[in-house]
Amino acid sequence: MERSFVAKNPSVLVFLAILSLFTLGVTILSEGFGIGVISTSFVKTLGKTLCLCLIAVAMDLVWGFTGILSLGHFAFFGLGGYMIGMWLMYERTRLIVVESLSQADIPPTPSEVVDAIGTQIFGVVGSSEFPLIWAFSHSLVLQLALIVLVPGLLALIFGWLAFRSRVTGVYLSILTQAMTLALALYLFQNDSGLRGNNGLSGLQNLPGVTASQDVVSIWFLWASALALGLGYMLAAWIVSGKFGSVIRGIRDNEARVRFLGYSVEVYKLTVFTLTACIAAIAGALYYPQAGIINPEEMAPIASIYLAVWVAIGGRGRLYGAVIGAAFVSLLSTWFTGGQAPNIPLGFHTIKWVDWWQVLLGVSFVLVTLFAPQGIGGLFDLWSDRRHPDRHCANLGPDDGALREKEAIE
Amino acid sequence: MFRLFLASLAILFACLPANAQEAGLEPILQSHQEIIAKSSRKTIKPAIDAITASGLPQAQVMLETWAAKDMWMRKSDGLFFAGKRVEGRSYELTDFDTGEVIGTYEKSDLKQLKPNSGVRAMIGTALVQYQLTDQDRKRRLAALQSIQRDPEGALLEPLRASIEDETDADLKAQKQRLERLLTIGYDADTAARVAAVEEMSNDLGVDVRAALNPLVVTTRMVAPNLPTDENIAIVLEPGSEALSRDEAYDLLVASNLAAPRVSQDDIRTALSANIDRGRVGGVPVAQLNNETARTQAYAALAETGAVSALVTEADIDDALGKHVFFETYREASPTVTAAAEKALDHIEFKVGLNQTLDLLLDAISLASIYFLAAIGLAITFGVMGVINMAHGEFIMMGAYTGYVVQQFIPDHTLSIIVAIPMAFAVTFAMGVAMERLVIRWLYARPLETLLATFGISIALQQLAKNIFGTQARPLTAPGWLDGAWVLNDVVSISYVRIAIFVLALIFLGLFLYIMKRTRLGLEMRAVTQNPRMAGSMGINPGRVNMLTFGLGSGIAGIAGVAIGLFAKVTSDLGSDYIVQSFMTVVVGGVGNIWGALAGAGMIGFLQKGIEWMNPSNTLAAQTYMIVFIIVFIQFRPRGIIALKGRAAGD
Amino acid sequence: MSTLLEVSGVSVTFDGFRAINNLSFQIGDAELRAVIGPNGAGKTTFMDIITGKTRPDEGRVIWGKKSISLLDMTEAKIAQAGIGRKFQKPTVFEDQTVQENLLMALKNKRGWLGVLLYRPSANDLQKVKDLAAEIGLHQELSRKSGELSHGQKQWLEIGMLLAQDPRLLLVDEPAAGMTPQEREHTTDLLVKAAKTRAVVVVEHDMEFVRRLNCKVTVLHEGSVLAEGSLDHVTSNQDVIDVYLGR
Repeated sequence: MERSFVAKNPSVLVFLAILSLFTLGVTILSEGFGIGVISTSFVKTLGKTLCLCLIAVAMDLVWGFTGILSLGHFAFFGLGGYMIGMWLMYERTRLIVVESLSQADIPPTPSEVVDAIGTQIFGVVGSSEFPLIWAFSHSLVLQLALIVLVPGLLALIFGWLAFRSRVTGVYLSILTQAMTLALALYLFQNDSGLRGNNGLSGLQNLPGVTASQDVVSIWFLWASALALGLGYMLAAWIVSGKFGSVIRGIRDNEARVRFLGYSVEVYKLTVFTLTACIAAIAGALYYPQAGIINPEEMAPIASIYLAVWVAIGGRGRLYGAVIGAAFVSLLSTWFTGGQAPNIPLGFHTIKWVDWWQVLLGVSFVLVTLFAPQGIGGLFDLWSDRRHPDRHCANLGPDDGALREKEAIE
Repeated sequence: MFRLFLASLAILFACLPANAQEAGLEPILQSHQEIIAKSSRKTIKPAIDAITASGLPQAQVMLETWAAKDMWMRKSDGLFFAGKRVEGRSYELTDFDTGEVIGTYEKSDLKQLKPNSGVRAMIGTALVQYQLTDQDRKRRLAALQSIQRDPEGALLEPLRASIEDETDADLKAQKQRLERLLTIGYDADTAARVAAVEEMSNDLGVDVRAALNPLVVTTRMVAPNLPTDENIAIVLEPGSEALSRDEAYDLLVASNLAAPRVSQDDIRTALSANIDRGRVGGVPVAQLNNETARTQAYAALAETGAVSALVTEADIDDALGKHVFFETYREASPTVTAAAEKALDHIEFKVGLNQTLDLLLDAISLASIYFLAAIGLAITFGVMGVINMAHGEFIMMGAYTGYVVQQFIPDHTLSIIVAIPMAFAVTFAMGVAMERLVIRWLYARPLETLLATFGISIALQQLAKNIFGTQARPLTAPGWLDGAWVLNDVVSISYVRIAIFVLALIFLGLFLYIMKRTRLGLEMRAVTQNPRMAGSMGINPGRVNMLTFGLGSGIAGIAGVAIGLFAKVTSDLGSDYIVQSFMTVVVGGVGNIWGALAGAGMIGFLQKGIEWMNPSNTLAAQTYMIVFIIVFIQFRPRGIIALKGRAAGD
Repeated sequence: MSTLLEVSGVSVTFDGFRAINNLSFQIGDAELRAVIGPNGAGKTTFMDIITGKTRPDEGRVIWGKKSISLLDMTEAKIAQAGIGRKFQKPTVFEDQTVQENLLMALKNKRGWLGVLLYRPSANDLQKVKDLAAEIGLHQELSRKSGELSHGQKQWLEIGMLLAQDPRLLLVDEPAAGMTPQEREHTTDLLVKAAKTRAVVVVEHDMEFVRRLNCKVTVLHEGSVLAEGSLDHVTSNQDVIDVYLGR
């Protein structure tokens, strides 16, 4: 008889335990709830990192397990951020506007309130009208639904078009990159209705909440940890069953899966859309912690970095994606934040702010060439699992198939 | 007013010279002594008119002296002289009429005339008629240009008079053209104007349109009845598309023919000004949070006479019904306006045709840029199937190589000639190194190649930033590439873009030559089609792959020099082109140089086409273009020029 | 015996090369058929057309009692309709265990939601075990299929075909790279399978075909050259010309 899901996947329990300990530890050390060893801004960095881990899990599902190198998942991440940002910005502005209008002699009419909010929000792009896409921004419930619906629908339409015409491999990657670029360029326009390159700002202030950022940052840390935990469990559950078998089959040999009677396009579309929704949720939790979102965040390069994280962590294993995202993004924060010590070479001083990108680029090439199993491969050494000797043959004919060194006996 | 002036001018011309000849310039100056001394823009006109109308030859010198602030007034008798400082504070005065020096005076005895810029401009206009017949060709040309900048009716006669004696053929043609244009605007004879309009209606010059457009300018007006003495362009119906109901009423208000509407803001202000013990017009303040309650309160206030009454919809309808709305031409003659409208329509049509031509040229130029940027990719990605995300950085390196070469070779022509092979050498070496070190280990793994080359791309970008800084570096085109090839006022294309087009053609030829006529090309095709078979026939696939990749990279470097000539050379130069380059190759069809050509053509034309439909927004144009490409891929997944069957790797 | 699959007048061209030329072919409900032919005769393309991988330029492919045209269906739909295919090179999912491979092939719901919520029942697991025993892999159920020997992979693929429970099996060179013993086993499996369903075997090896002891179709240059018992076709002058050269 089949064993239960958790029993079959002990790594999930380990992961959840580590995540809970981490969250608890940060809470205890934080300024808001604990002894104040960790600054609030660092708590936010950690919370954001958890969100990045969540989108990395989504990326691993779509790339590591299904073999689709999507260079567009940060677009969904950003869209999720925009959706929650619209409500945050609307509601906060509304409270401010109502407060200031109540100072006047005459109580304001509803349309006066809306007009004043519009002027406040869209003044920077020389407009005061609410564009159509803000139609639901007054309602938290609707806007929360849109976090999943808008990116999900975009992924569904794009995926349907792309998979239906059997675009695969690098073509698909380029196509997803083009989609991201198109979306970013669209949002850069002032008349896109989302404030052009100003983006949405002030998102760290929750409307109607008087608690300080010290406390709010911990709330978001909890929420991010919860989302990551749930997302990880969902992903682990999906890949553990027959669905996982099918998508891994698609990754390694899509034609064979098709001849078994599975509609490959539908499966790809399902995974693509589902991961887009997960990415959007991660984005919706990330940007209130970042405080600002603008189209720059959705530039195609961000999505490539996402693939870099997953690759460095080790693709095709969920914990690898989490480790890669956490490791690289925290390291990146450390290096670019100017905290890393400079290295004087006599003729030139290596300032890490300038050289970190070079290091990242080169180390990424090295990982791809020499250690495709990534950091996750260290666990194989530790648990004494070996890679099969296949004389350099991949595990399937498709572009996304596992490589010899990625496979485990 | 204007006609009156023309008439008076004509009279002056007719009778003044006779007695002015005898009296000289000084009496005329004296008769306007007060306003000349004051030199105010508002009042100076009669004085200048009188001086020019005198027809005296010395008037030109006098006006020039005046404009140069060298005219002085003797305080003792108020006479004007040309002054020249001799020493210290003493000035030597010269009589305008006789040209004789009349003596040296202390500055305290004199008053310098300092015309302000407005007055100087008017003097300048007056001087034009002298300059039109000047001996010096340059000054005549300057005079013509001054008229072109600032046409005026008064200049028409002097211009006409100067045509006949013009010796320079080129200037004569210009003068004649300008005469036609001034005739359109300022001639007293309607028939002459209409004739001039019709004559110029085949000309695409901006100046022609500038001369015609003021004739058809209309003013929107309202009156109880349609006036008969105006040149009416159109009668407007309120509520129509041309004139909305609100606009019509606003026009009535602006013309003081109706009471202004009371806006919600006005109501609010009025209400808050009339709060009386927590109530306004009997309504509690707290209830005033909707429009109905506010209107009610306001109506109550209006009844007491505290505020003006609301304008109801019925009031508006009533007012609109009582008036006629129409547009009048500023130009009084209907014949002229009709001719001008017709001529403008004709010109507009021709301008449209020429704009299409211009757009086509633009599109070709954009397409050749994309082709240049993509041709290297067509080799590495299209032929070898290797996706190189660092391709854009090779373009950037080529551009920086050009910049560095210019630091050492100041001559721009020579430096570009040196830079092209240098850029090829640098990026070729880089490409070969990259192929040997990275790509060759990943041949069966296109996705990993994508990511590894992306790693190289970010490293190279950051390196460029570290070396060259973040600010844009100039790569200056040689002087002979400056300027543009101008067909007419609508169609023009810069020489740099023509050069890039030619370069693209050369590359196309070079590529075809290498692939079809050389040993390397043959081996390249053999290796890409069947590496094993090629290997067993004595071809070293490793070497061929290395050279192919180097070639593709080298061409990217040369493209970088070309792109650097018109774009800013920064470390992100490459990333601006990378997605478009990939699109070009994918849309065109992989593995085929004609595909890259077709792709570049399609993307270039498409982008220009979309920009033409919505010229204000290039961002939107790019967005729509990418969306279009995504949809296009649906219908032709293998690109415009597709390989069919098993060869395509089905 | 009623007709299960009817291919008539099918032609397909790749870049001017006529891979299949006016080919017609029929097979009944429970029939074993061997298709032979020299290299480039169009055997693989013939299978590609039936399974929907390649669209023919002209002709008809009619399936089953309801006479459905297969030409408008996707590969997945055709497989669901009951056509299973084994490739020339053994293609199993090498990163997955034998059990996972067989479970994936086992006849069950193919929709994404059904598959997502699917958990193998005891019945399914038993079926997998039985199949594994039949193909001689019952010891290897939890091993990754990538570690199997070449012959074992061939069997696993045949096992996956059987697990699909198709009405028509298309088998491309099943005996390639097998030891004589393994070949015998494979023959038994195919003959047994053909008792309840139609089986088309594409094979080079005449000995193997002889052992199958069935009707033979000879393909040449994209069309049927001869059809009948093996002895009948091997005595056909055209066939001799094609195989031995003129």
